[in-house]
Amino acid sequence: MRGVLSDRMGAALLMAPLLLFLVLAYAWPFLGVVKWSFTLPTPGLGQYDALLTDDLVQSVFIRTLRIAAIVTVVSVAAAYAITVVWVRGGPAQRLIAEFCILVPFWISVLTRAFGWVALLSNRGLINTWLQSIGFISEPLTLVRNEFGVVVGMTHFLIPFAVFPLASAMRSLDDRVLLAARGLGSSRMRTFWTVFVPMTRSGIIGSALIVFVFSLGFFVTPAILGGGRSVMIAELIYLRIFQSPDWGLGAAISVVLVLFVGALMALLFRYVRPKQLI
Amino acid sequence: MPTYRPGPVSLILAALVALFLLMPLLAVIPVSLTPSRMLAMPTGELSLRHYRSLIEDPRWLQSILLSIRIGVVSSAISTVLALCFSLGVWMFQPRFTAALVGFVLLPMVVPPVVSAITLYFLLTSISGFSSFFGYDTWLGVAMAHSVMTVPFATVLILVSLSQLDRRIDLAARGLGATVWERATRIIMPNIKFGIITAALLSFVLSWEEIGVTLFITSVNAITLPRLMWMGLRDNIDPAIAALSVILIIITVLVLAVRSVMTRQRAGH
Repeated sequence: MRGVLSDRMGAALLMAPLLLFLVLAYAWPFLGVVKWSFTLPTPGLGQYDALLTDDLVQSVFIRTLRIAAIVTVVSVAAAYAITVVWVRGGPAQRLIAEFCILVPFWISVLTRAFGWVALLSNRGLINTWLQSIGFISEPLTLVRNEFGVVVGMTHFLIPFAVFPLASAMRSLDDRVLLAARGLGSSRMRTFWTVFVPMTRSGIIGSALIVFVFSLGFFVTPAILGGGRSVMIAELIYLRIFQSPDWGLGAAISVVLVLFVGALMALLFRYVRPKQLI
Repeated sequence: MPTYRPGPVSLILAALVALFLLMPLLAVIPVSLTPSRMLAMPTGELSLRHYRSLIEDPRWLQSILLSIRIGVVSSAISTVLALCFSLGVWMFQPRFTAALVGFVLLPMVVPPVVSAITLYFLLTSISGFSSFFGYDTWLGVAMAHSVMTVPFATVLILVSLSQLDRRIDLAARGLGATVWERATRIIMPNIKFGIITAALLSFVLSWEEIGVTLFITSVNAITLPRLMWMGLRDNIDPAIAALSVILIIITVLVLAVRSVMTRQRAGH
């Protein structure tokens, strides 16, 4: 009896500090944000009403969903291409692919956004080069618009899309592929009718991760969108700091959490959490 | 070793993606060498003036030192909290473990901007009582960064614990070791690598953190990413290119060392 009791107390004592820390520093203040959404500037459901009626808020929501959808499709496709080589290529190919995935992954989001500004801006590498070869006379507008946002976000999210795909491709049984080839299926046909369907869980996991990340993404859209292609996260920032409209910022946050929560629930219906690492 | 190898089409597509991934990192190199005060390609001569301005402008050095201080403190907080929690989970396997771990992982799953507004609420509330711990203070930033990094530290430590053989701990327990002795003399030495990785990852995540930091600092606690952000938003300062090149070189070196070390560990 004494043993059982001390086990429980041991567990409680060890787990308490972190749980207490997160309750005080995270869960409790989140409830405060929820309270803001119902009380600022005036008590009531006014802020949630604005979410449904305000044209600006609506257009930002729609733009965010659109950008997130495009980024998801492009990132998962690009990640698929490089993951195939990372997981199933020869030793040298694997090393190069790993380098190309991990180096950007570890580099700060700001450095990466800056790199895209350096490439895409009017006097950036791409415009300078296209003008020098006489392909264009006026610089193309590649950044401070939705195109720049999509490019920057796709670049950021490809490595995140790689991990679930890699885990699905690693656990795939080679013999099935060899059997398909042995039975006379072409390379392409084996890929589309055997390889891709067998990595379905990885594709779903990867798409949902990228989509969820895109919804709350802040830094890249703010820099590469240049204030013209505002997404939800930047709207929250502007509501808090530029027009002290804390109630609306809080209400958008609450809706965002509920939406992401629903998507995560969906994710875990299809993919076991272990497959994601 | 997989016997089913990617074909030529796969290789070409992968090469294009690899190029896309590396392009923005390579693009900052020429920009960092431009003699111009603005963001531009060098047109002829090269200059190191933007590297010099990193040393000469005291704001860069100050923000680097501040980021290091915040990173060390928040990494220590999150590693210790994550370690205690994970030991509790592993040694005692309490009921509701899944729910508790799920709760701890929340800051990793919730969109960063929501965490940011939450921590903004917290720190502005604290600022009411305290001037050295709250909004726009380095301690406040360190605490906020701990909240954001603790799920990652917990995942890493739980993963290394899951690879540990339970019988080692059972043997120690059977021989009469106390909980403290089991934790410090049996378990922790065995997951040393995981604990160090957790501490390093927490430091790196704090060092790079910008989404939350933007919401909780204004003029005093200017971390390095915060200073870069200001330079990127207001007027694009080529000093950021110079700094980016240095950060990229450090990242590549660290990854190279790490991959050599993993290979050696695997070799033994």
